[in-house]
Amino acid sequence: MAIKVIKRRPLSFLEKTYIPQIIAGLHVTWQNMVRPPVTLQYPDERPTIPAGYRGVPTLVYDPNGREKCVSCQLCEFVCPPKAIRITPGEILETADNTHVEKAPKEFEINMLRCIYCGLCQEVCPEEAIWLQGQYSMTGTSRESMVNNKKRLYELGGTLPDSHYKWDKKKAEAEKQAEGHH
Amino acid sequence: MEQILNDLVLSTAWYYAMARGLIVIIILMSIAAYSVLLERKASAWIQGRIGPNRTSHPVVAWIPFVGNFLMKGGFIQPAADGLKFLFKEEPMPGHVRKFFYVLAPCVAIAPALISLVMLPFGQLPGGQIITLCPGADVGVLFMFAISSLGVYGIALAGWSANSKYPFLGAVRGSAQLISYELALGVSVLTVFLATASPDQDNALSLVSMVNAQTGAWNILYHPVAAIIFLICIFAEANRHPFDMPESETDLVGGFHTEYGAFKFGLFFVAEYSHMVIGSSLFILMFLGGWHILPWVPTVGTGIVATLLGLGSFFFKLFLFLFFFVWVRWTVPRFRYDQVMRIGWRVLLPVAVANLIAYFIFYAIKG
Repeated sequence: MAIKVIKRRPLSFLEKTYIPQIIAGLHVTWQNMVRPPVTLQYPDERPTIPAGYRGVPTLVYDPNGREKCVSCQLCEFVCPPKAIRITPGEILETADNTHVEKAPKEFEINMLRCIYCGLCQEVCPEEAIWLQGQYSMTGTSRESMVNNKKRLYELGGTLPDSHYKWDKKKAEAEKQAEGHH
Repeated sequence: MEQILNDLVLSTAWYYAMARGLIVIIILMSIAAYSVLLERKASAWIQGRIGPNRTSHPVVAWIPFVGNFLMKGGFIQPAADGLKFLFKEEPMPGHVRKFFYVLAPCVAIAPALISLVMLPFGQLPGGQIITLCPGADVGVLFMFAISSLGVYGIALAGWSANSKYPFLGAVRGSAQLISYELALGVSVLTVFLATASPDQDNALSLVSMVNAQTGAWNILYHPVAAIIFLICIFAEANRHPFDMPESETDLVGGFHTEYGAFKFGLFFVAEYSHMVIGSSLFILMFLGGWHILPWVPTVGTGIVATLLGLGSFFFKLFLFLFFFVWVRWTVPRFRYDQVMRIGWRVLLPVAVANLIAYFIFYAIKG
């Protein structure tokens, strides 16, 4: 490849005085000065959170109001800073989703430890744990920074579900049971 | 009313002189304080921010509409900053030379306040000049002599702090101030050449300088001198792009690294006072002082003309301080060797050449 020699143009007299450059710079800063400020006055104004934002991890219900977590503890296992602690529990025989068998008795995420990596969401086979739009977690004590199960569901709410995995399973099981007769 | 005003401006009685001094110091201090606010606001606007808009006081906030405006404009901020400096703990580092360490801020602020006595601000209806020291006819000489003492404050601060960054800042600062003083002095000679005649009594007075500008302002006749003078007052006030003594990116805080609380506040005020005094000098010498426009020295008569003149002077001062700020947030700092090169190899020769050109011009013109 041929080497292209670029001539370095010597500075003109005016350029050597700096003055046109300084005036051009003053023009640039002036234009900035008359432009409206871009500052977001945070506590008064809130930023718009884009879709798919990964903020505070939360637990969600499916549209039928069933808690999706089955306390498999994969998230607890994968969590790099060990922020998640799950106490597994059984679903009562009398409940109408008793075929799911397990649900968390207590689910705690320590937001002092959480690094918002999103591995819990990635690993969850039930799509029960989601990092959602909340971006600021504050508290006045260490205890208040630990989200318990109740608070996690409050933060999470209900998310749409495209599988209804457990409903299908139940329907299949019932069909099979019918087939035997 | 007019009698009191006349006495206040002209009387030599000690209580009037004290009142005069106090008023001027209060005005200078509040201008210095509010130019800090101007600095913060303008820098914010240039950077797309809003600037101080939170500081308020219950009493101020209680005033409808105006209170909110004062808060949004940050007008209470200088008071809060000043009080902070005043009430902070005064640290005394163990490694400093104590006497000089305490002396340095005083030495820094004193010349700034002393050179105020020669500043004329306006004209009374009777033609008397509003100034602290009426009748003094060595204005410019005195100003230059005193304001060049400001370098002692920086040198003392840097040396007494007994630590390397302040020392470097002080060395740079003193070299810079001394270098630019030369070009500063030489550049204004052309103006004096034009306005002062040999048989004149008060050839060096700022008042006669302003009076000579009832027609065209000096900046129109002496543009080169004006530019050199402008650059030099930036350097003399240690403002960007010549803030060698501070250069906070490479010298931590420069010459006042070891200072805190009120002693730092004094350096701060001294810097802004130098700005105010340098701008006033430029306005008096090149921008027609209290004259309203070129070829329009006064508007109105009597007390109205006086007030308009004062207003004109302070409006120009405000624009000039804004210009100082505007340049600070535009032009990056020169390197130390560049500062020296500009001072000695560009400004001084150009100033001398300009002076010689005007010598020849006036010699031919006769």
